[in-house]
Amino acid sequence: MATGGLATKKIDSIEFGLLSPDDIRKMSIAQIVVADTYDEDGYPISSGIMDTRLGVIDPGQRCKTCGNRVGNCPGHFGHIELARPVVHAGYAKVIHKVLRAICRECNRVLLTDEEIEYYARLFKKYPDIGQKTANLSKDILKRAAKVKACPHCGAEQLKLKLEKPTSIYEVSEAGSVRLTPIDIRAKLESVTDDDYRLLGINPEAARLEWSILTVMSVPPVAVRPSITLESGVRSEDDLSHKLIDIIRINQRLRENLDAGAPQLIVEDLWELLQYHCTTYFDNGVSGIPPARHRSGRALRTLAQRLKGKEGRFRSNLSGKRVDFSARTVISPDPNLSMNEVGVPEQIATILTIPQRVTEWNLEEMKALVIRGPDRHPGCNYLIRTDGRRVDLRFVKDRSIISDTIEPGFIVERHLSSGDIVLFNRQPSLHRMSIMAHEVRVMPYRTFRLSLFVCPPYNADFDGDEMNLHVPQSEEARAEARVLMRVQEQILSPRYGGPIIGALQDYISAAFLLTRKSALYTRNKVNQLLATAGYEGELTPPAIKKPVPLWTGKQIFSMFIPAGINISFKANVCRKCTTCKKEDCEYDSYVVVRDGNIMFGVIDEKAFGAGEPDSLFHRIIKEKGSTTARIFMDSVGRLLVRLITDRGFSMGLDDVTLPREASRRIKIILEKADKKVNQLIETYKRDELDANPGQTLLETLEQRIMATLAEARDSAGAVAGEHLGLDNSAVIMAQTGARGSRLNLSQMAAVVGQQAVRGERISRGYMGRTLPHFERGDLGARARGFVASSYKSGLDPIEYWFHAAGGREGLVDTAVRTSTSGYMQRRLMTALQDLKVETDGTVRTAPGRIVQFKFGDDGVDPSKSDHGRSVNIDIAIEKVLGKSKVSREA
Amino acid sequence: MSKSTVTAHMEKRFSKLRDEHRLPPKVLDELEEKVTDIGLTKKEFDEICDNVIDSYERSLVEPGEAVGTVAAQSIGEPGTQMTLRTFHYAGVAELSVTQGLPRLIEIVDARKNPSTPTMKIHLADDIAEDRNEAKRIARDIEMILVESVASNISIDLLRQAIDIRFDPELMEDKALTVEIIAEAIRAKIKAKGEVEAGDNTVFVYPTGETLADLQRLSEKIREVRVKGIDDVNHVVIRKESDRYVLYTEGSNLQDALEIAGVNPHKIYTNNLKEIYQVLGIEATRNAIIQEAMNVLNEQGMDVDVRHIILVADMMTADGAIRQIGRHGISGSKNSALARAAFEVTIKHLLGAGIAGTKDPLRGITENVILGQLIPLGTGSIDLLMNPQGSASEK
Repeated sequence: MATGGLATKKIDSIEFGLLSPDDIRKMSIAQIVVADTYDEDGYPISSGIMDTRLGVIDPGQRCKTCGNRVGNCPGHFGHIELARPVVHAGYAKVIHKVLRAICRECNRVLLTDEEIEYYARLFKKYPDIGQKTANLSKDILKRAAKVKACPHCGAEQLKLKLEKPTSIYEVSEAGSVRLTPIDIRAKLESVTDDDYRLLGINPEAARLEWSILTVMSVPPVAVRPSITLESGVRSEDDLSHKLIDIIRINQRLRENLDAGAPQLIVEDLWELLQYHCTTYFDNGVSGIPPARHRSGRALRTLAQRLKGKEGRFRSNLSGKRVDFSARTVISPDPNLSMNEVGVPEQIATILTIPQRVTEWNLEEMKALVIRGPDRHPGCNYLIRTDGRRVDLRFVKDRSIISDTIEPGFIVERHLSSGDIVLFNRQPSLHRMSIMAHEVRVMPYRTFRLSLFVCPPYNADFDGDEMNLHVPQSEEARAEARVLMRVQEQILSPRYGGPIIGALQDYISAAFLLTRKSALYTRNKVNQLLATAGYEGELTPPAIKKPVPLWTGKQIFSMFIPAGINISFKANVCRKCTTCKKEDCEYDSYVVVRDGNIMFGVIDEKAFGAGEPDSLFHRIIKEKGSTTARIFMDSVGRLLVRLITDRGFSMGLDDVTLPREASRRIKIILEKADKKVNQLIETYKRDELDANPGQTLLETLEQRIMATLAEARDSAGAVAGEHLGLDNSAVIMAQTGARGSRLNLSQMAAVVGQQAVRGERISRGYMGRTLPHFERGDLGARARGFVASSYKSGLDPIEYWFHAAGGREGLVDTAVRTSTSGYMQRRLMTALQDLKVETDGTVRTAPGRIVQFKFGDDGVDPSKSDHGRSVNIDIAIEKVLGKSKVSREA
Repeated sequence: MSKSTVTAHMEKRFSKLRDEHRLPPKVLDELEEKVTDIGLTKKEFDEICDNVIDSYERSLVEPGEAVGTVAAQSIGEPGTQMTLRTFHYAGVAELSVTQGLPRLIEIVDARKNPSTPTMKIHLADDIAEDRNEAKRIARDIEMILVESVASNISIDLLRQAIDIRFDPELMEDKALTVEIIAEAIRAKIKAKGEVEAGDNTVFVYPTGETLADLQRLSEKIREVRVKGIDDVNHVVIRKESDRYVLYTEGSNLQDALEIAGVNPHKIYTNNLKEIYQVLGIEATRNAIIQEAMNVLNEQGMDVDVRHIILVADMMTADGAIRQIGRHGISGSKNSALARAAFEVTIKHLLGAGIAGTKDPLRGITENVILGQLIPLGTGSIDLLMNPQGSASEK
């Protein structure tokens, strides 16, 4: 509670049970006998289904029981006295099982006294050894059902058959006799408490005969509100409809019974009553048709309200709608820190934060109140010390009310810059899907976020929307700030590496900045450093004359904290057989010494998102999350400025090959086509050697695929020869910014084979894919080989195959999201109760040990160094490096 | 300071560290390996040790950490990026093995019959490089049915017999003779008929007279196993660094272990249930970890083992494999509310009613349902401060 004081009341446990008929009558406020709702005036009929004693739903009316109006009346139960008992369909199975396990004459459990004693002892023992007594009861039910003659009275037992959903028949040689609910109830009533316990029924909570209903509880109207349409026609809730059915049939049954009607009619009505009661509880019981609304729609009765994804449990109890939240489209803002989120002013004027007025902020709060609910840094509500809430929208003169403010008031002020909020994008697949950001109130109508947080949210800006929540208590805000802030989430618990990092243009820009040819004048350097907000010393220029010039590596190095040492291979690395390390001609061996880039270029491997063991990873591990965040933010601003000034684009030129190259590619493709035709010839002549374990056709297909793949690769290689590092697309592919070499060669050289289910496309018409081919044509083009490039354009046939291949991908994604979502839900429910205890063990909710030490070594993956608990090399280097310095000094 | 005193000191410290269990053995071994012979002084060595211990202790999980939730997310999240294509040729071109998301689901489901069971069988050391031995063992393992070596199985109505003709090439390839097959059929059908071996043919004269009997018997004979072990449909021999390794399609660990010449220490199957039955629960746990890790690595998903270890431990915690889901872990939770919130809501609620269960509300779902603080992380601490007064007032 915001008003303070300690909310220490906590529900300790919940006991389940059944309501006995007496319970139902006791908690009932009215017996319902009229199968009708409202009279002509639209007033609820007394003793009818909408009786005002059950509570009210119309504004203005008062509840006859408690005298409260709509919002405050909790609703009250009524009851229906059933003329004849009916079986609760959900318990029919249990009733059947229990009846089989008790004697048909003396109603004792069909076990000898010795057996009973044996089981009774086990019942005492089981809880102590962590076993479930439910299993024992199952055992007893099974065992007793097999007994032919009662060990207590010697009566012979008959077979019992359950006819779903609610009828039980006694099968003897003479034929089968139906047991009426009255018979069953009588039997169950005389079962002793001890016997019930053996059968797994707790007589304190529920006696099984209570599941044969003699009286039915009528839920309050608030549970089944009727709605009034614009036309003034009232439409009743499904439950009310069902209750009306029950009452109507019940009345008819009673009248017939009183009139002494023939057995047949009574039984029919009884059966009908049973049907209505069954569907009232669960309208999805198999074996009977579901009750339907007049329109033909199946009714949504009690069980349907609870069940499934849209049911009470999953959609209202496990997940709840909340206040203090906002949702809108997101868009990027490279000038924001990764810790920030830009909030539209319109949203900031609606969302509030309760702030207690103290002597120290009194003036500030007064000013906010005066500004009111419409101007941004203002205030929407005022809560006085007596708990009264003042809505400032309806206050005429706010300056008067501001004068009444004194310490102890709570001001619900507008969300403003610097506040901490939770930001979320669905699907929330991991904990980085909800992170805490600092608010920056901004104009326009979208949430703005730094590009660095796109990978953890998996967000892009093609219309994505995100949610924002405002924590309302000081504790929540503190937890959000300490535990959930973006900078604290840079390291993913999935693999112990940074999930946040540079992407796309940041990477291209870093490459452009740090490659060997990049030199900058003092002017340019100053500009770049100023945009990045650099406040340190300017390193002396690498080239002093004729004009001082700085290398890009120097500029980048200024942001790397001192003391960082790392060497690794960059993404541009060509993976030569022998690495020349520092002498690499592509400058792809990166060496950082004491925070200075000595060799190598910065690209995805150095600070890309989701790149473990990178330079950025080292920074956050050695220097902590704040330093890492500052590094990323300032480098980000620098790189954006750089690439904006320089310009970076890709166009047709970048995928256009010289005529000579196109000719060579054409030749390669023609050769491949010829080879494919040769293969088909050999196959048709039956001269092809099958691969072990494959049929001839499979072998042929595999060879053709291999041939075409090879052709595509060599065509790509030809294209690659003509596309150098002066080409934007190549830069992006090589540095890992975007795209791959395959993408490039598809654009420039040849698209290649289209596949469905990993095979060449073969279906369509009889014996051929399209009517443009002869039947049985196995050639490259007839089975989906696209010889054009994206640049040259696809011909209609190729276009068709390309669409077929593309469709598979779409279907695949659609199917995958649902299957993997379900797997994750299952994993979640199975594992969510596990937590680490203070003794380091991992236990389930009831305290059962699953692991003595988490992950066998007790290491938190998010605190580990890409899985390793300790990076020993670094520990050694730290000590040796330090002592080396001290030795030299 | 002599070198030997440093070494002695190092040894002393290492044995002390080992006894105290302050570092996991793996870290200690790595440290020992990296520290020896780089000429450290006593002080430097001590500093390194302190450093390592310090950073190890800093990396420990904090009490209250929701390790289960994090593990579930860490495995579930990459699932959305995995391929759905069931078949992927891994290593051996002739064998297809289920990969990606379907396989991962298979593992957490603890399916009894994985869609592509396979074994990897190493040969005993003395024959590991012998191709002929490899071939012999492959033949001993591969299940051969009568129908797979027969060129034709027909019913001879005149003679009232089943006429089986064999493909001589296949017979030779599998090192089979008509006698062996006849014997196998005889053992299978027992008194139901007489078996007569001929030249590349076998006749079976059933004791039953009717045509239906004849047909039924012929169906049965087709399925008679002549050689090999059950369920192993195909064996592929591969050479891996000078040693021959057998890959099988279909798995039967129990029987494969009994084949002479098989290295029982290195045999492997991807069928978890077989591992459980033959080798026990600890082996199953390791197999779950290995299999799940394989799937994820194959797809290029970087997931910490500790998450998978947790899943495996949870699945095997009570001595039998329990699946992740309704019929396993989630279905056996203590709380009726938690079970009802997962799947089959009505059944669990009705069951709780009749059994009069008491829900102790120790889990997460139950407390979310009731709108209470969940017992995890910062919510797992039962400590409250009374801002109104000091403790002594009470």
